[in-house]
Amino acid sequence: MKGGLRLTVDAVGHRYGGLEVLRGVSLTAEPGEVMVLVGPSGCGKSTLLGIMGGMLAPGSGEVRCAGAVPADCLNPLTYVFQDFSLLPWRTVAGNVALVLQDRIGRAACAARVDEVLALTGLSEFAAAWPRQLSGGMRQRVGIARALAVRPACLLLDEPLSALDAQTRDLLMDELASIIEAAGTTTVYVTHNLAEAVRLGHQIVVLSRRPGEVRDIVRVDRPLAGRRADDAGLVALEQRLWRMIRDDAAVAERERIVDAT
Amino acid sequence: MRRWRSGSGLLTRLDGPVAFRGGGFAPRGRTWAAVATLVGIVALWQAGASAGVIPTLFLPAPASIARALWALTLSGELWANLSVSLMRLAVGWIVGTVFGIGMGLAVGLWSVLRSPGMAVVSALFPIPKIALVPLFIIWFGIGEGSKLATLAFGVFFPTVIATAGGVDNVPRGLIRMGQSFGLSHGRIVRSIVLPAALPAILSGFRVTSSIAIVLLVAAEMIGAEKGIGAFVLAAGNLYDTDNLLAGIVVLSVLGLVVSWVIGRLERFFLRWRG
Repeated sequence: MKGGLRLTVDAVGHRYGGLEVLRGVSLTAEPGEVMVLVGPSGCGKSTLLGIMGGMLAPGSGEVRCAGAVPADCLNPLTYVFQDFSLLPWRTVAGNVALVLQDRIGRAACAARVDEVLALTGLSEFAAAWPRQLSGGMRQRVGIARALAVRPACLLLDEPLSALDAQTRDLLMDELASIIEAAGTTTVYVTHNLAEAVRLGHQIVVLSRRPGEVRDIVRVDRPLAGRRADDAGLVALEQRLWRMIRDDAAVAERERIVDAT
Repeated sequence: MRRWRSGSGLLTRLDGPVAFRGGGFAPRGRTWAAVATLVGIVALWQAGASAGVIPTLFLPAPASIARALWALTLSGELWANLSVSLMRLAVGWIVGTVFGIGMGLAVGLWSVLRSPGMAVVSALFPIPKIALVPLFIIWFGIGEGSKLATLAFGVFFPTVIATAGGVDNVPRGLIRMGQSFGLSHGRIVRSIVLPAALPAILSGFRVTSSIAIVLLVAAEMIGAEKGIGAFVLAAGNLYDTDNLLAGIVVLSVLGLVVSWVIGRLERFFLRWRG
């Protein structure tokens, strides 16, 4: 692991009106490691990520970050969104350039756009509109845009969940390579346990609402060496599912009751 | 294929190609149909006038209107009136649009201006602007000021409403994306809010350009010496229906040209929609 920020979540709780979604969550993402947040629907994973990234003020507790930031970093805590959040009126290159404009010179901006598009395999699509791209390509643009600002910490909110299964598997491998190469601290929210064991150094299992830390599982293997059919990882995935299954069933019933 | 009857309780056999049932609900524009309709109406009109079915004193034949239009063009009278109208239309529309977009953005972006701004707009928008022409004449005089104020005032309110609505409908996720990357407020407005609101603003242009033409004619009919509105009124007072309808044809063409220009603007600025 190369460096990055240490992100410490200290006794964070949160409510939406009368609905308590998080209670007393304490975690630490070490510099350069990938922390994956898993748990049943509605357990507050995305809320916790929002709080960690400063997009949501916690109801209680605090999040602290400390550590080395790349010299050319423009945005230490950087998101990759589930819905890609691309501007449809900007080309692929324009979407990446958006986060660099006003901050670095035009030539440096163009060079950095070229660099991250090459890194994510998008060079030949630089002039394409987002509507012309597949879901996987759009998310690549989202990842390229995040990498362009040289983040010290990447915050990924279910980045593969809007993609079909085949694209998801392909992009998961690419994401693992990119994260490992970048060496940034990463917090990754997913409901997909295969993604969790493939990408996580530290897998945080949250309980159903109000979300509390139920367990933390460490996977001390480099991301590059992990394969989807690895027996150890498959066993870990099953173990995580056993932890979550009952909560997930209850959460699903609660959603039905809420909806009615 | 034998028929299948839902709920009949009987199982019947299906044997044959599956019938296509996914068509319709996708109307397509056909230019030739639009042109043919207009040409057909004019032809019927001309035929009716030539046959004496339509009294030409009240509704002159298209050929008479065309001749009047040609004579006005050759004499320079058409351009003398049209140029004045175009100037008023352009200045009034631009002033109303610039202030309207500014106010719409302000109302859409800042809480402190939202309620006061919308209260003023809601109170003043429903007033027929033609009714304000005499008041504007008292305020700004019988000259250009009152006419430009009428146009600008009429264009301002729909522009505010279209812009504020466009800003309200900007996907919040895109703004949050901009915030998450630490973009400045100005950059978010320029690169996210304005482009996202542009389709609504351009739709508003279609409405305000029509309103502007209506108000232009109304303002020119009250105390103007030049302009298409004044020309039409003068022709009407003289029972000169050829010239009266020639003036109306010019207004119709003006509306079509403005609509075409806005269409081109939409195609250019919204080309990302494909």
